[in-house]
Amino acid sequence: MDGYGYRTTVHYRRRKVVGRVFQGLTVLSAGLSVGVLFAVLGFVFVQGVSGLNLELLTQTPKPPGEPGGGVANAVVGTLLLVALACGFSLPVGIGAGIYLAEYGRSGVMAQLIRFIADVLTGVPSIVVGLFAYTVLVIPLGHFSALAGSFALGLIMLPTVVRATEEMLRLVPNSIREAGLALGIPGWKVTLRIVLPTALNGILTGILLAVARAAGETAPLLFTAFGNPFWNLDPTQPVAALPLQIFVYAISPYDDWHRQAWAGALVLVCLVLVASLAARLVRGRVMF
Amino acid sequence: MVFKGLVALLGLTVLGLAAGIGLSLTGEAAPALERFGPALFTRNVWDPVREDFGALPHIYGTLITSLLALSVGGPVALGTAIFLAEFAPGWLRGPVSYLVELLAAVPSVVYGLWGLFVLAPLLRTTVQPTLGNWLGFLPLFQGPYYGVGIFTGGIILAIMVIPTIAAVSRDVIRAVPDDQREAMLALGATRWETVRYAVLPAARSGIFGAVLLGLGRALGETMAVTMVIGNRPQIPASLFGPGYTMAAVIANEFAEATSDLHLSALFAVGFGLFVLTLLVNIVARVLVWRVAWGPVGGE
Repeated sequence: MDGYGYRTTVHYRRRKVVGRVFQGLTVLSAGLSVGVLFAVLGFVFVQGVSGLNLELLTQTPKPPGEPGGGVANAVVGTLLLVALACGFSLPVGIGAGIYLAEYGRSGVMAQLIRFIADVLTGVPSIVVGLFAYTVLVIPLGHFSALAGSFALGLIMLPTVVRATEEMLRLVPNSIREAGLALGIPGWKVTLRIVLPTALNGILTGILLAVARAAGETAPLLFTAFGNPFWNLDPTQPVAALPLQIFVYAISPYDDWHRQAWAGALVLVCLVLVASLAARLVRGRVMF
Repeated sequence: MVFKGLVALLGLTVLGLAAGIGLSLTGEAAPALERFGPALFTRNVWDPVREDFGALPHIYGTLITSLLALSVGGPVALGTAIFLAEFAPGWLRGPVSYLVELLAAVPSVVYGLWGLFVLAPLLRTTVQPTLGNWLGFLPLFQGPYYGVGIFTGGIILAIMVIPTIAAVSRDVIRAVPDDQREAMLALGATRWETVRYAVLPAARSGIFGAVLLGLGRALGETMAVTMVIGNRPQIPASLFGPGYTMAAVIANEFAEATSDLHLSALFAVGFGLFVLTLLVNIVARVLVWRVAWGPVGGE
């Protein structure tokens, strides 16, 4: 074997080995990412199941230090907050999405709204909470479910706007033209023909936004504030599951730690169901 | 026409809300900013009792935990993205993508709970002493090992930025045209060399954008960090010491602040955080948009 061929072979072998090593590193990274997910969810499941019982899901919290009690009011509070948040963010978000898709394909204003909606996604949730505090807590003079749901709605808003716009854009123009050719006014074409066609996709976006909002804690700290009792009055402070988990986790009581894990299990299940539902709905999107 | 006006109005509402965030924060922060001036962001003192506020410890904590998160989570996320976009067999691509996206769906308070009771004890007993033994000659890695502190905050954030960076990088890498890969393979390059020399350079600015989006998330993340950082307004010499972040101090002190000046100082910290994340996000969006819409690899 002459020197040249030998060197080429060695060189080629080395290149192959280097390639294998780096390919292996990417596999390792992916394994690590997935492994961390299983480590977190696994602990939540194992620790949570041992704390899960009927009392947890039907009772309100006991005073500090007393064992027992549950987070039922917090689960209901979270549902109330998310429902109110939808009441605010869906009309605004879907409306803005319709504007972007149907009337503002180009144009400076639409481009600006699109950009701001994207940037809004990146505003820290705690800052959104501060905003909700200035808008609804200071004028009302006290914490309330209304303020909390305003903050959650603001967090949902950009996702709803962009999902609506993108899904409406996927609806073929021939469908709009068919409607208009029949003499149906433009707004009716949008509301009765285009919107229902894109409904599944929009629903996916909404469910993802709900999943994110339901797990938020930071913006609720000084808006919804938390409440050890039952409350369904939007103008009063209300408990929320993530808040309750936070309070229990940083408390010094073992029983509360146990309830924090169980609460986390309930919360993770809620969020996973919402995001799984989003995926199932998306699977049925077709035009 | 009425309908168009209505939806246009709703679109403007989005703009109005965004502007409202900035304006209301500025308004509420004004008293503290007038009292302390720019020193509010440069002094290393935070004393609610004597009403003396300087947010340098919190700014330091926010920046250092975020940098730690990017340097630990960034490579893992990028590796995951390359695996998903280039090397993963078809049957594995969907499930792994979904699982990585699930990382983003886990609520931050759950990460905090896990960080407090699982990660912090683990780091205190194993990782921190090991790092201390090897790199202890640097002040950054000297004990004592508390468990909760800047280091643990950074690691928790590293986990939380992975889904953001991985998902965006994966999309950016897939947006690189196959011509690039085919040309490189035709030259006899290995699959890794194709990725390294033909794909990654073309996707570079988009990947940078993805990392910035991750940075934006790390800077603003509140609950998980609040639960593991130690919550002490100081600049520890060691990464293992307890610290504070801008988001965490708002979360901890806002509902209990008694004086107007204290509230105003917290609003000012929130305003600083808002501006910081806004800048990072704007740059990130522009970079990602350019790659996704413009010609790829035209540098």
